[in-house]
Amino acid sequence: MKRLVWVYLCAAYAFIFLPVIVLVVFSFQDGRLPVPPFQGVSLQWYAKVLGDRDLMAALFNSALMAAVSSAVALTLGFLAAHGLARSVLPGSVWLRGLLIAPMTVSYLIIALGLLTVFNQTGVRLSLWTAGVGHVVINLPLCFAICYAAMGDHQKAAERAARDLGASEVQVLWLVSAPMLAPALLAAFFLSVTFSWDEFIIAFLLTRFEVTLPVEIWSMLRSGLSPATNAVGSLVFLVSVVAVVLAEVFVFRRRA
Amino acid sequence: MTAAVSIEGVSQRYGAALALDDVSLEIAAGEFVVLLGPSGCGKTTLLNIIGGFAEASVGRVLIGGRDMAGVGPKDRPTTTVFQDYALFPHMTLAQNVGFGLRMRGVSADVRASRAAEMLALVGLEGRGGRRPHELSGGQRQRVALARALAVEPDVLLLDEPLGALDLKLRRAMQDELKAIQRRVGTTFVHVTHDQEEAMAIADRIVVMNAGRIEDLGPPRQVYLSPRSLFSAGFMGEINKMPLDGSFGPLDVAGPGVLCIRPEAFGDQGLSLGMARVADVAFFGSYVRVHVVPVAAPDLRLVVHLPQGVQPEVGAEMDLKATSWVVLKT
Repeated sequence: MKRLVWVYLCAAYAFIFLPVIVLVVFSFQDGRLPVPPFQGVSLQWYAKVLGDRDLMAALFNSALMAAVSSAVALTLGFLAAHGLARSVLPGSVWLRGLLIAPMTVSYLIIALGLLTVFNQTGVRLSLWTAGVGHVVINLPLCFAICYAAMGDHQKAAERAARDLGASEVQVLWLVSAPMLAPALLAAFFLSVTFSWDEFIIAFLLTRFEVTLPVEIWSMLRSGLSPATNAVGSLVFLVSVVAVVLAEVFVFRRRA
Repeated sequence: MTAAVSIEGVSQRYGAALALDDVSLEIAAGEFVVLLGPSGCGKTTLLNIIGGFAEASVGRVLIGGRDMAGVGPKDRPTTTVFQDYALFPHMTLAQNVGFGLRMRGVSADVRASRAAEMLALVGLEGRGGRRPHELSGGQRQRVALARALAVEPDVLLLDEPLGALDLKLRRAMQDELKAIQRRVGTTFVHVTHDQEEAMAIADRIVVMNAGRIEDLGPPRQVYLSPRSLFSAGFMGEINKMPLDGSFGPLDVAGPGVLCIRPEAFGDQGLSLGMARVADVAFFGSYVRVHVVPVAAPDLRLVVHLPQGVQPEVGAEMDLKATSWVVLKT
């Protein structure tokens, strides 16, 4: 019985991580194809990827868009959560539902909807329009995390700050946000992770300045290459760093 | 800095419930007033209205003669010490205490010296660099007090500030609170449901019940000559004897209720006739005795006798009250 448990555990982890491990291993392939047999270790594909100007531009675009759209989503989500947690509004249950609802809509639908809107209003597709899409998908997440973190503890401190002469902006900036810093950072890094490897919205809403996932997609069209694996590994590495940072900020504060 | 507070005909409605019912109260500058009552009596609502956290449905609040209608907490000459302390956990003690001054645009070095001064006032000298989570409950409450006093408010509001502390610490903090109030001279309005705390610190106690002021006066007056049955009962244990003719000394005129505190029985004074001892218990500083008056076998009175007395159950004693009060039902 006990052995069975271990077998199950290993199988489950293998199922989750094997594709990633294979991807990373074959990014070091000393050959032309990222398929077995493994022909030896080489860093040539990383060298090629890091030397590719288009790829590096896409990487920079992705990083910029992830940071900016996450910051915007976080700001809007935090303000909405604060407002809904602190004030009694008619129908605030519905407002909360509406804010979280985009989570249930597929990215494809959101992208198509935004594409229609941008076409109708004559907004030219760019990194900015894809960024708007990423704010749309990350806002519900940021809102939900911030809303869940707001407790009576902050409420009391905010009241004390007002009593001592703080304006509403000062209350938010000097008391609410610092007290919620762990949740805010966790929400930010999760948003960055989602934005960083998001494909459909970035694909449909950008034109000339593309993000890394879109660039990888065009690489894949010309066939398999260990270079794709190398890019994938780099993307994965960045995601892992962002998630680990989020965990560190949440758990270090709680400990 | 200190100012008088006038509460003029204040009523407060929450939906159908009347939290405050036409309350009027004059608080003198520099006075230590305690609002005392059970939970739900409206004492905290009244404090919130003075502090600007709630707006009265009817009536006016004046602080230092200035009408406070439409003035938010941020712009009132009041600060509050909250029951849950509400310190800023991400700031040091010095930053906590200096927060109000920072909001008033006071420069950093003035703030630092003022914070150090205030922390010294509450007995936390040299701890400005610590953070709230490093402190005990009593110390946090001191920081909250220092923070509220740092901006030199005209009126300091205290919302059950000692409620979360254990009994011993609470008694110690009461003495300190009183001493600090004497030193700074600010008007203190303190809310509590603990009548001992109220008597220990108040210049004047305001007893509240069901949104109304039942009684008010110095502790001695409210305790010894309460104006209502509620006030008499809330201030401490009291024997209530209906004066309907079946019982009671002839020189006390009815109708009403004769009220006598357990410790007010003695060798002389108002004679209540003979009574039989039903139960005796030693309470340390006094002996607590239950007696049944011979003339009124349905009544059961509580009498506190001196430590040395050892009455026998079944024995009869001559009941005399040294102080009493007759109240209307």
